[in-house]
Parts: sequence; structure tokens; C-alpha cells
Amino acid sequence: MTAPASGTAVHLDEVGVSIQDETILSDLSLEVADGACVAVIGASGSGKSTLLRLINGMQRPTRGRVLRAGRDVADLSTQTLCQQTGYALQQIGLFPHLTVADNIGLPLKLAGVNPTEREHRVTDLAERLGLTAAQLARYPHGLSGGQQQRAGLCRAVILEPAVLLLDEAFSGLDAITRNEALAVFADFQSSRRFATIMVTHDLNEARKIADWLVVLEAGRIVRQGPRDDVLTDPRHPYATALIEAFR
Amino acid sequence: MWRWLLALALCLSPMLARSAPVVVASKNFTESYVLAEIATQLLNARGIEARHQRGLGGTKICFDALTAGEIMLYPEYSGTIRTAILDLADNSELSPALAAIDLEMLSPLGFNNTYVLAMRDDVARARGIKAISDLSEQRDLRIALSHEFRARNDGWPALAEHYRLSLATVGIEHGLAYQALAASEIDMTDAYSTDGELATADLVLLADDQHFFPAYDAVWLARTDTPAEVRAVLAELANSIDESAMQRLNAAALQTNQSIERVAADFLNARGLTENLSGSAAPTLWSTLLDNTLRHVLLTGVAVALAAIVGLGATVIVQPFPRAARALLSVCSLLQTIPSIALLALMIPLFGIGVVPAMVALFLYALLPIIRASLTALDAIEPVHKIVAESLGMTNAQQRRYVLIPLAMPHILSGLRTAAVISIGTATLAAFVGAGGLGQPIVTGLALNDTQLILQGAIPAAGLAVLTDLAFDALETQLIPAHLRR
Repeated sequence: MTAPASGTAVHLDEVGVSIQDETILSDLSLEVADGACVAVIGASGSGKSTLLRLINGMQRPTRGRVLRAGRDVADLSTQTLCQQTGYALQQIGLFPHLTVADNIGLPLKLAGVNPTEREHRVTDLAERLGLTAAQLARYPHGLSGGQQQRAGLCRAVILEPAVLLLDEAFSGLDAITRNEALAVFADFQSSRRFATIMVTHDLNEARKIADWLVVLEAGRIVRQGPRDDVLTDPRHPYATALIEAFR
Repeated sequence: MWRWLLALALCLSPMLARSAPVVVASKNFTESYVLAEIATQLLNARGIEARHQRGLGGTKICFDALTAGEIMLYPEYSGTIRTAILDLADNSELSPALAAIDLEMLSPLGFNNTYVLAMRDDVARARGIKAISDLSEQRDLRIALSHEFRARNDGWPALAEHYRLSLATVGIEHGLAYQALAASEIDMTDAYSTDGELATADLVLLADDQHFFPAYDAVWLARTDTPAEVRAVLAELANSIDESAMQRLNAAALQTNQSIERVAADFLNARGLTENLSGSAAPTLWSTLLDNTLRHVLLTGVAVALAAIVGLGATVIVQPFPRAARALLSVCSLLQTIPSIALLALMIPLFGIGVVPAMVALFLYALLPIIRASLTALDAIEPVHKIVAESLGMTNAQQRRYVLIPLAMPHILSGLRTAAVISIGTATLAAFVGAGGLGQPIVTGLALNDTQLILQGAIPAAGLAVLTDLAFDALETQLIPAHLRR
């Protein structure tokens, strides 16, 4: 068992998850430093989404420990953990009955922030991620896929969480839009100090923004390390095949 | 919200308070109206405060209201008490059987409203027919009988066997039989011996010379705790109305522009039981219309509002548990299968007569559309929205308030709309349990064959339904963004 280093946002310590006798994840150990960007790559069904939900408490570990800034999540409610964690996912899930601005501002409203400040912070952040005031005033169905994705991202980070989870957050976009979105995000992420853990099946996406790569196969980490090390020296047959496929 | 409910409760309370006066009820047909009105006016004239609860929906509802102590008495027929209420073989057992359930028959009114056979005067004279036994010689009479009498075991089949008749018959709606007789389309039909039409048309009643028909003597069916002074007043009416007098009263009541109150007052004055009784001044058309409409709105409004609160609350509680949700839906569906008039009747032993049982019945009916629509809506919410709601760190209450209920709102509103519109229609039946509303003129109009009166209930009821629909349109515009409206 390793002791968590200081400045560690997330620490998974030999974590396993089983759901109804089926092992989803086993023996996961992973450290994510404050401000780092970790990409977890793997095929669908490899347990990537479950791994993310371990971090915001929506999934509890069957074995091992999950630590957030040194605290065991077993001592924290899912609600508390979620409030400290941004979460953006492929289906985005903007609420159709709220305007884009109200979607982004909802976490602030729940946190009791007054309407004036809410509007201020929403406008600022949205501008930073490339959404106009006119787009903010619309309902979600009035935005393009890329714009909706940015709105979802805004909602995930509006409370300035310590940790941001991205579950295939860019996968639904076409290639050009995705590249733009990734560039905007990389720029934004580098200006803040939140740790990002993204899961994706797309190595190119991971390569563009992550500084640490984790290769997940059937619920086990088969290779992890600094991005360039993993790319040049995959070591494991699955990691090799994955990198070959995207060359 | 609470202030609003409190205000509502205050408005309702005088209506809910049990009233002290003697309540005389009538069933929903002309003769019953007239008799109950006569008793009510006479009681009032003798200084006993009395109220006429007009047109309760039939024998069972009157009987239940009587045993529940909601009413003190109502006019009934010995044959009906024997067969329909007590199921006895013999009239001699009537009094002890009634006493066992704390009821009794007071002084008889003096007429027997039984089945009779009515024949065109000219036909009877030409063929020399005076009694039913004279029919056994006849072969080619044109006979049309009401459907019930023609089919009932104790009706025409038994009569024909008793008198050895071999005559062909056809079925006809009783109300149309008199017109058919007048037009000489038919020669003979069955009738009730006190039908008002018999007093006016050129018809003869054939004597039941072999005593086939049982007696349907009109009596007051009353609670045994009826005070002596009430009994004394009713005794003044003992044997005061014979068949032809009752026929004339019914005929007078059937005339348009002749109120039941007026007919009763005229009778009492003519018999010297009262002097210069005018019959309570009939309220104007508009004030009656307004009263009935307001009562109708109150009935349906409160019932649907309560059903919305209870229904939505129950839905939110059970929705996470599919089995409980299914069970709840089944219970509501079961309630819906009870015919509305039967459900109203079932409410009487529990809630008496008047506004409360009607509201409870309407409330129960409104639950199903509301619960079904909101359960379906909550189940249909996309999983991603639930995941996002949870991932934003919302409490369950916050998830409901900010996400689940707003997303379900279009369906919830359509469920409420259905419940409201159905209630407005069903509430017209509330008149049968004495709850008033727009059903009152409809029920009375049906009994008196008065189309104008029926329309005084039917038109505002239809108008209310349309207005309700428009109100829900406006509510949707307020609560739901345009792209989510259905």
C-alpha cells in the first residue's frame, strides 16, 4: 500500500469493483496530481465509466480505497463528492426545459449563489469556452452539437471543482469540431488548477491533452505512464495494438 | 398555498355542517318530487323546519341515506320495499322486517301506483273491453309494451299466462308509448297507474279483475326516530291522494312553467290543509344558473386539486419502486371500473349525502389520470438527465424540484387536464346524492321530460369543460417552454 503524495487530487489504491458477482474493475492503482490531466484509454466495456464514477462517489469500491486530496471517500457522501467534482459526458444531458445559461448556472443556483453573480460568472465562463450571449439565451436544442458540448463542459466546471471527469466528452463531435473543442479545453485547463481524468476510446484525443496515459483492458490497468513513454514504449500487447491502430 | 386551502375550507364549512331541519328526500322522478314537496311545505306551514332533498338517484341511494340518518323520510311504494329493498315473499312481513333496521312505514297516502294496461278509449268501446280478462278473446290488437315490463318475469309473460292471453307484442320506449297511442299507431300499452299522461289522454285502464299485479301502495318510509310532531303532520296527509288525484298532480308537474313548489302549494291550499301558500318563489333563471355553476366548479375544483396533491405526492413516493407503482396504478384502475353512480352510492354510508361524498367520489376518479400520466412521465425521463442530476450533487428533493418534475410537466398537465374535464362531466351525477351542481337541472329535467331544464345544466357544463381546456392551454404556455409543448 502506497502513502498518498502531497498535492495528489485523486488516489486509487488497489481498487476493485464487482457488481452482482461480476468483476468490473480489479487491482487499480492510480495517482492523479493536482492540475494533471490523465487519459484512460480502453475499449467499450473495459470499465472506464465505472472508474470515473469511483471518483465522484456514484460508484463505491468493493475492494481497496479511493482517496480525494488524502481523504477516504468512504467518509464522504455521494452528494458532497459530486459537488466537488465536475462531470461531463458524451450524451451531454443538458436539461431541455432550461435555457443554456440556466443549465450552466444550475450548480451555482443549488449552491445558493445570487442571480446577479450567477449571471456574471456564467457569462464569463461561457465566453472563455467560446459561447456567445445569444447562444446562452437559447434552449439547448437551438445549439449545434459542439456548442452543446461546450455548454456541458461549462456546467461541469462552473463551481471550479478540484477534479473534472470527462466521460467520452468529445466523442460525439465530428473531427473538426472535436479538434476545436479539444484546443479550447486544453487552453482552459492549463489556466486552472483542477485535475482532469478523461476516459476515451480514441488515442488521438488522449494524446492532444493528457500528460499521463492509462491503458485499461477488461478492468485492469495494463500499462500507465507519462504520455510519451507509453506512446514510444507500450510494453503490453494490448497497448501496442492500440497505439498501432492510431498511428 | 396553505392560505388558499384555509380560505377554501372556510367557504366549504357552512355547506358541510349537518343541518337541523327535517330532511324529506325524493327519488328522481316526478311523482316522488311532488309528494316530498307536499310533505316539506306542510311541515314548514305547521312550524316544523323542513327541507326537500330533491332527486336522490334511486331506491338504493334513498335507502342508504335513510339508514345513515342523512334524511328522515321519503315517499316509497310497498311493493318496492318488499321486492327491491327487503326481498320478502309477502307483504305481511314488511313491518317487522323494517322495524329490525329501525325503519317504518308511516300513514299510507291513499293510492296504489302499480302497473296497469292502458287502451285507447275508442278501441275499448268498439270491442267491449273493460278488464284484462276480456283480452283473452282478442287476437289482433296492436300492443306495444315498455321493454322492462315485456321482459320481466313478473311482467307480461306471467300476466299472459295468468290470464291465458295469446297476443303478439312489440317493445317500445315508455315515454313514446303515449304518443303512439295518441297517433293511433298502437291500441294498448302498459303504464304506471298514476302516470300524469293518463289524466289527459283518451285512454281507459283495464281492470285487473283477477288481481295479478301486487300492490304498490305509496307510503312514507321513515326512520323510527321520526319525532311525534312530524308524524302528526304527515298523518294529515293520510289517504288524501287517490290514483286520479295523483295523476292530476303528475300531469300538472309535467307542464312546463309549472314548478313543483307551485303544484304542491296548490294541492295543499285546495285541500284546505293550508291557506294562501304560494310555493316558495322560484329563484330566477340566472341566479339558479350561477348557483349551480359555482357549486359545480367548487365540487370539481376541490376534488381535482386534492387529487393533484395526493396523486402527485403518491407518484413521487412510489415511482422509484416499480412494484409499488404498479400496485398503485392497479388500485386506481380498479376504482375507475366502479360505475360512477355506484361509487357515489358506496360513499353514502361513509360520508352521508351532499357535497362531501360527491367530492370524495370525484377525487377518487381524478386520481387515475393524474397518477398514470405522472408515473409515465417520470419513467420516461432520459437516464442521462437523471445521471447528470445526481452528478451535480443534487439532493433527491432538488432532483425532483429542478429536474424530474419540470421534465415531466407536459404529461402531468395533460393528466390534470383529463382529470378536470372528466370530473366536470362526472360531477353532473353528483345531483343523485344531493350535492347539487349542474347535474340538478339535468336530473330534474330528465324526470320531468323538460328539455329546457336539461339544457340549463348541459350547456353550462359543456361551457365549463371548454373553459377548463382553455385554462390548461394558458397554464401550459406559462409553465412549459414552447419546444416542449405537445
